Amino acid sequence: MMTEERLYSKDHEWILPLGENTVRVGITAYAVEQLGDIVYVEVPEIDAEVSVGSEMGTVESIKSASEIFSPVTGLIIAVNEELEDGPELVNDSPYEEGWFAEIQLENPIELKGLLSEANYQAYVAELAAEEEA
Amino acid sequence: MTEYNDLIFEVSQPGRSAFSLPESDVPLIDLTTKFPQHLIREEPAELPEVSEPQLMRHYTSLSTKNFGVDNGFYPLGSCTMKYNPKINEDVARYDGFAAIHPFQPVETVQGAFELLYELQEDLQVIAGMDAITLQPAAGAQGEWTGLMMIKAYHTKNGDRAARTKILVPDSAHGTNPASAHAAGFDVVEIPSNPNGTVDLVELKKQVGKDTAGLMLTNPNTLGIFEKDIIEMAEIIHEAGGLVYYDGANLNAILGQTTPGMMGFDIVHLNLHKSFSTPHGGGGPGSGPVGVKEFLIPYLPIPRIEKQENHYVLNAAYPDSIGRVKGYYGNFGVNVRAYTYIRTMGPKGLRQVSESAVLHANYLRKRLEPYYDTPYTQYSKHEFVLSGSRQKKQGVPTLNIAKRILDFGYYAPTVYFPLIVDEALMIEPTETETKETLDAFADALIQIAIEVEETPEMVLNAPYTTSVRRLDEVKAARQLIVKHTP
Amino acid sequence: MNEYRYLPDTAQDQKKMLDALEITSVDELFSDIPTEIRLTEDLPIPQAVHESALIKKMRRLAAKNATAHDYTLFLGAGTYDHYIPSVVDHVISRSEFYTAYTPYQAEASQGELQALFEFQTMVCELTGMDAANSSLYDGFTALGEAATLAVGATKRSKILISKAAHPQGRQVLQTVANGNDYQVTEIDLLNDSTNLTLLEEQLDKETAAVVIQYPNFFGSVEDLAAIKELVTAHKALLIVMANPLALALLESPGKLGADIVVGDMQPMGLAMNFGGPHCGYFAVKKKYIRKIPGRIIGQTTDSEGKRGFVLTLQAREQHIRREKATSYMSSNQALNALASAVFMSALGKEGIKKMAKLNIEKADYMAKQMENKGFLLKNEAPNFNEFVVQLNAPIKEINQLLLQKGFIGGYDLEFDYGMENAMLIAVTEQRTKEEIDQFIEALEGITK
Repeated sequence: MMTEERLYSKDHEWILPLGENTVRVGITAYAVEQLGDIVYVEVPEIDAEVSVGSEMGTVESIKSASEIFSPVTGLIIAVNEELEDGPELVNDSPYEEGWFAEIQLENPIELKGLLSEANYQAYVAELAAEEEA
Repeated sequence: MTEYNDLIFEVSQPGRSAFSLPESDVPLIDLTTKFPQHLIREEPAELPEVSEPQLMRHYTSLSTKNFGVDNGFYPLGSCTMKYNPKINEDVARYDGFAAIHPFQPVETVQGAFELLYELQEDLQVIAGMDAITLQPAAGAQGEWTGLMMIKAYHTKNGDRAARTKILVPDSAHGTNPASAHAAGFDVVEIPSNPNGTVDLVELKKQVGKDTAGLMLTNPNTLGIFEKDIIEMAEIIHEAGGLVYYDGANLNAILGQTTPGMMGFDIVHLNLHKSFSTPHGGGGPGSGPVGVKEFLIPYLPIPRIEKQENHYVLNAAYPDSIGRVKGYYGNFGVNVRAYTYIRTMGPKGLRQVSESAVLHANYLRKRLEPYYDTPYTQYSKHEFVLSGSRQKKQGVPTLNIAKRILDFGYYAPTVYFPLIVDEALMIEPTETETKETLDAFADALIQIAIEVEETPEMVLNAPYTTSVRRLDEVKAARQLIVKHTP
Repeated sequence: MNEYRYLPDTAQDQKKMLDALEITSVDELFSDIPTEIRLTEDLPIPQAVHESALIKKMRRLAAKNATAHDYTLFLGAGTYDHYIPSVVDHVISRSEFYTAYTPYQAEASQGELQALFEFQTMVCELTGMDAANSSLYDGFTALGEAATLAVGATKRSKILISKAAHPQGRQVLQTVANGNDYQVTEIDLLNDSTNLTLLEEQLDKETAAVVIQYPNFFGSVEDLAAIKELVTAHKALLIVMANPLALALLESPGKLGADIVVGDMQPMGLAMNFGGPHCGYFAVKKKYIRKIPGRIIGQTTDSEGKRGFVLTLQAREQHIRREKATSYMSSNQALNALASAVFMSALGKEGIKKMAKLNIEKADYMAKQMENKGFLLKNEAPNFNEFVVQLNAPIKEINQLLLQKGFIGGYDLEFDYGMENAMLIAVTEQRTKEEIDQFIEALEGITK
């Protein structure tokens, strides 16, 4: 069943169901904080096919380059072209203007395997605790 | 003074020049009669137009904004910023070395080949190997050359398809995994144990029929000698793999031991580190590679060989990995290293490692009370501090590095090796005086005190350099990589 | 007193440091090296030599080589005897430049960074490209990197390279391709140029890029415009390996459609150095700017708004990408890039054209003179400063005889191309009309 609430992956992506078996994907505030100032985002090409765990782009800060792994299987139907000249959008607005791509789902059932907001927050808290230790 | 801060393009004026070329003494040519119109340049390349005095002021001004070993202490860990001897510079500029062409008949360049051959022999015994190639241009290319030989060796044994993995400790130089990947291998990272050396249990777990080889730096990037090296080499050899020595930093072991004695099969050396050739602001360097006898067939071609009293080039090695660089490598750099080795001799080289190691341990001892020291055993030529105490007080290590610049020193390597939080990697080298080591220690101690008492002093550094803290994020976002008028 | 002048420790210094460490001998610091692998005797290398004696020794060794000052050189094939203004060596002898490391601490390295930023700009100007890095080892390694970039960017697995590209460049490329597991296929010649009919036949959906040398190994200027058309039809990239000096007068590869331009700066301010160190350059169209290997300098501002320069795109580098890196390029040839930037500043917009023109004119004069004397020339396409002459005896033997007359003759094309008795001759602005006439006369004497 579709909800309007964001879902999350353990790779720190958020997945916003848009209806009609499509989702919008971006990276979470936690991921952004870990990366620091983002200086470049490589988005996938429209019509590219992605599957769970496949690489669909890169996010670079001045000290790291991280792959973005697709949280779902499907077809890229839109990408955020603003990011090419404005990578700072990801820092400034990770959940809104800093969105990454929209994917048409092949197996909507995959959404059931993703984390709810509450579960994701718990997961992040766990990571933070490990970091401290 | 402002004009000297300009780009050379900004001081350019049409009609000025700083060259001297004669008029043609042969018939002039109208280019349109020789070349098709579309291959003749339409718009000239906009190179600067300056007079010779303007040119010298521009570059001299730039040089005053640059810090080299001749300016002061350069404790950049893993980079071995020792003094660059001046005789080396003079010798490399002799016409007999600089004004010779790589394709001249071999009998007209016997002096050059003699030098290269003798350098091969010297490096061979220093590394404990059976043969050396001088072709690789730098350490990273040396690594890649070595890995290509590992690949060729397993291919020759019909084993290449199975042996896909190169094991690399987590303390390794970043170039190790990159070179392995560029040679077509998968990289398996081996964790370090709490003592900062390779975890043998983990190593044994990862070793198998798919192991192509192990890349190891010893002493490792923490400055610690891997004392289990003999056992490690045996583990890899028993599994059918080869053992590769990253000899970027030979300064700790010159004349004390050799990679060959430790059980390594392949070694690369950075002549621009241990053998005193200058870094030139990033290059040129030279990264010779040595191998044990069974790997000689795979060395790059051509090889420089001696036949009686005559030196020749030999490319008749069908199993060779081929050519990795043009001509015979960075000859001019090799001339400098040869001159250095002749200046020092065997006793001098041994004294190098003794002083380098003594300096590192002394400096560490002086800094221990003020910075966290994650590893407590004797270090070799370098050591790693952690700025985690200072970070907790709100001053990340990068700021400490910037503050050091204000004291007239270059900064240590920071945030490497990756396994140490807020790492400050310090390599004092043998060519510094005790007074310099003490003054540098005093400076770092003062900075530790500043972190506690006036942290903003450190956070806003540097103050005395030609520019203040530079915005790296802006540079990467706007990506201006050339001047546009 | 310490007998080694680079080592400052006195006995007292050593004692004070040992005391601080609470040990009595330096040997204790090496106690973690197992005894069975400790050297017990001196390394078997020659004993130290004092400065004056060493200078004498090195001069003698140098004197065993025949230099371009003792002999008149007509040899090129990728390395050239060109004019180098005195200012070049004076600038690179400033030890603030040559004794510095890679500029990790940008605030203390602005001189180097600005000079390399200017170098990048000059390379872009010459090549007609949008971005350049701050140099790579040499032209051939730069070529290998260009091919790898093309394979990655197009996700195709084959590189086509003209046989008219430098033989050593092709060899290095083959080794690089073996490392990254892609394929290199050579395109045969039509006389002195790339055979475009064969190129068209060999281009396919798996072709990532076509590599053309400009001017090619025989000195001939390839028609990049015609090649670009063929390459574009198959959506492959065009990689051009160009002599930067020739670009002063030839249309820039960028303008003619090159996607990547590489080459060696040696003709512009670098001594021949027996083949190295030289300096590779690497330039791309905007689309590939974030895929450039090696070190790139970017402009920025400091905390007070003042212009400054830093190493940028470092996240792309192997230090961070580690096992995911596609390139192992770590260092550059900064000092040589600086040398060639000084050269380009000295020659400037007009000087560079004048020098290139002298090369064309002298080579043209020599070729015409030889033709008039009945020598058979092989070039059909227009040439820059090199050309091929067909002689009647093995070049190796001819070169021996030329040596006796004070000349270092041209490159023997037999080994690489199976072209018997064919010599590749280079004529730079350094050669006078008199030297050219004398060389032809000597060659006539030998071959007739």
